[in-house]
Amino acid sequence: MNEARKKRIALVCLLLLGVGSATALALVGAREQLNVFLSPSDIAAGKAVNVHRVRLGGLVKEGSVWRDPSSVAVRFKVTDRNQCVTVNFDKILPDLFREGDSVIASGFMQADGSLKAYEILAKHDENYMPPEVAETMAKAKAIAAQAKLDHTQDCAP
Amino acid sequence: MMPELGQVCLLLALLLAGITSIVPMIGSYTENRRMMQVASFGISGQFVFTGFAFVLLTYAFLVQDFSVLNVANNSNSELPIGYRFSAVWGSHEGSLMLWAFVHTIWGLALALFSASLPDKLRARVLSVMSMIGFGFLSFMIFTSNPFDRMVPPNLDGNDLNPLLQDFGLIIHPPMLYMGYVGSAVPFAFAIAALLENRVDQSWVRYCRPWTNIAWAFLTVGIALGSWWAYYELGWGGWWFWDPVENASFLPWLVGAALIHAQAVTEKRGTFRGWTLLLSIAMFSLSLLGTFLVRSGVITSVHSFASDPERGLFILVFLGIVTGGALLLFALRGSRVRVLSSAGLMSRETLLLVNNILLISSCALVMIGTLFPLLAEALNLGKYSVGAPWFGKMFALFSIPLLLLVPLGAFCRWNQDQLGRVLTQLLPAAGLAVFATGFTWLMAREMPIRVVLGLLVAFWVIAGTCAFLWRRWKVASGKRYTLEMLGMASAHLGLGLWLAGVVLVEGLSVERDVRLTPGEQVEVGPYTVKMLGVAHRSGANFEADRGRFEIYRGTELITELNPEKRKYRRGEVMTEADIRPHIFGDVYVALGEPLDDKGEAWGVRAYHKPFIRLIWLGALLMAFGGVLAAAERRLRTPVLTQQEKLSQDSGKNSGQIPGAPSGSDSNSGVPALNATLNSPGNA
Repeated sequence: MNEARKKRIALVCLLLLGVGSATALALVGAREQLNVFLSPSDIAAGKAVNVHRVRLGGLVKEGSVWRDPSSVAVRFKVTDRNQCVTVNFDKILPDLFREGDSVIASGFMQADGSLKAYEILAKHDENYMPPEVAETMAKAKAIAAQAKLDHTQDCAP
Repeated sequence: MMPELGQVCLLLALLLAGITSIVPMIGSYTENRRMMQVASFGISGQFVFTGFAFVLLTYAFLVQDFSVLNVANNSNSELPIGYRFSAVWGSHEGSLMLWAFVHTIWGLALALFSASLPDKLRARVLSVMSMIGFGFLSFMIFTSNPFDRMVPPNLDGNDLNPLLQDFGLIIHPPMLYMGYVGSAVPFAFAIAALLENRVDQSWVRYCRPWTNIAWAFLTVGIALGSWWAYYELGWGGWWFWDPVENASFLPWLVGAALIHAQAVTEKRGTFRGWTLLLSIAMFSLSLLGTFLVRSGVITSVHSFASDPERGLFILVFLGIVTGGALLLFALRGSRVRVLSSAGLMSRETLLLVNNILLISSCALVMIGTLFPLLAEALNLGKYSVGAPWFGKMFALFSIPLLLLVPLGAFCRWNQDQLGRVLTQLLPAAGLAVFATGFTWLMAREMPIRVVLGLLVAFWVIAGTCAFLWRRWKVASGKRYTLEMLGMASAHLGLGLWLAGVVLVEGLSVERDVRLTPGEQVEVGPYTVKMLGVAHRSGANFEADRGRFEIYRGTELITELNPEKRKYRRGEVMTEADIRPHIFGDVYVALGEPLDDKGEAWGVRAYHKPFIRLIWLGALLMAFGGVLAAAERRLRTPVLTQQEKLSQDSGKNSGQIPGAPSGSDSNSGVPALNATLNSPGNA
């Protein structure tokens, strides 16, 4: 084996090592960047502790939408008909945001238990509900039925 | 009647694809010329029948034959005529129809422009193309037939998704599909070369123009998609790291690696096995993209109705194609042993680093895209990976890659000195530093990461210009080959693209505000003043149309009219209005009415500096790919050692075929053809 070849093999090994460790670092760093999907019931059960970014899914609680009169800021509650979480958002809401319709809010949990959202997604069209939300609703319904709760009275508006 | 005719055409095309998959392949083994010649006819026939079916489907959309399920679901009696064309590929079934049609276009082009190929290679390449066509056609016919009837017919039609009622959507899918499906060509070449047991560089020379053109189409397709998302989705982003975008980006990255690897293989004879693998990977990733989008495992604007049967079909197809190709590679590719004599500091090494970095980026994007699916399948919870992660991770590998771009062009093949290369690049480095410093003085408020990003962009641009300048000074006569100009164009595009990305990401001003008529908001150097919102009716929608005056200082520049549309089918659409400019766009979109009188509106007012550079850069890259594909040398046939010898046979007719002649300066590895073309499999 000649010198150049040895050196090149060393270079490739070094590169692969570099790329590998960078990837490993990237994956470790990814914990911070991962959005974890949670329902209002999950958050009430304390699952949002230690989660950096939360993707909260559920329905926009009827009558809970409050708008700031001087800006586009908005506050509303997201419910799975079992528990609910207050969401604050200071950008423009998506076109299909409606009370009683499904929504996914991504953001950071605040000390008071509310979510400061940086992105709101609403359902695509009349017939479509994001699968995560559909599952959340089904699960929450089962919980509510078990607890014999009237699931329109999940929380005060 | 017409839809049934279309059905018949598809079945005939499928039959022909089946025949062309088998007959020329057998012919290539039995040395039967007749059987090999079937390939051209079979491929042309597939084109004619698939094309005719495509025309019939288009006709059904144009005359609005609502008895066809696909037409009824994706068109409406009020749909404007231009969008009836794009509605053809606005649905799952229709987009597969387009896919199959585009595949036969590539096949036909291959059949027409492959006269210089050796007969066997040609027959096998066309046969592999037909196998892939067979897969697509049966997928369409058996799981997603575009001509299915609807009983009873729907009189009015549903409507085309309003997101798709747009000029960008008329051209984005065809371009993207040309790229996706085009990656089948290098794949077919690689398989044919493996079957031939001739994994030398000859197939690569024939293949290079096709790879370049497919990649160029992919580039244009992705750029168009990005441009469309920017103006149509109504929130002013140009790339979201959405799974579907990533799905198109993966084959693009591998394609870029393949283009560079093919250059090494063709010119130096090394990287042979690697080039074969990349060819297989590019097409496999295109299929993976199809699986992700078409199976409905991910939800996005691109995914249509999800149907597990379809997903399974594509997954099986992907398994057969990738698995089969890799098996073949394992059996045959291992015989590729090339001892490169290149030194450590050489263009070969730099291109090796280029490939490692590109493939690593691809792997990272793939991990980020597939991890949520995997986590869900394994019941680890529901996750999604945010755009910031992709951005940071991508920068991790692309910055060293970009820094090396000018070096690669300057470095010599085989052996060079780092000192020599750096000395030659010194003026370019000086220029890049100067340009960055100057820009920084002009705009002192720029964050440091923008300054550093610009430095890299200027370095790529200046380094490429230095390359052109040096060739001009040093060479006499024919100073530039098309290949060189293509490279320069693509690298300049890369630099411009990077500059655009850095400036948009670092300096954009995005303001979401509440405005009433007469109020105004400042975005960057512009002022956006709201005049009011009025109602208007469109062909198939009702709209609130905003009137905004855009000022620069006190000077009125233009009026923008963003709309909030409500389509009859019920969808609400935000139509942004943009004042495009090379130095920066003003972007205004309506949010929603915020008071009962309908006077106050939520308004997005954005300033996007230099965003046009992103797409301009992409177009330059694509142009570079096409330019390099036109290189004359790539169209001249490659002679094997035997053929060369038989041409020289006037002089030395007694020489043993395949014996090392030592004169093959092109490959640098004279003994290799000999080992691979041993009598048993020649």
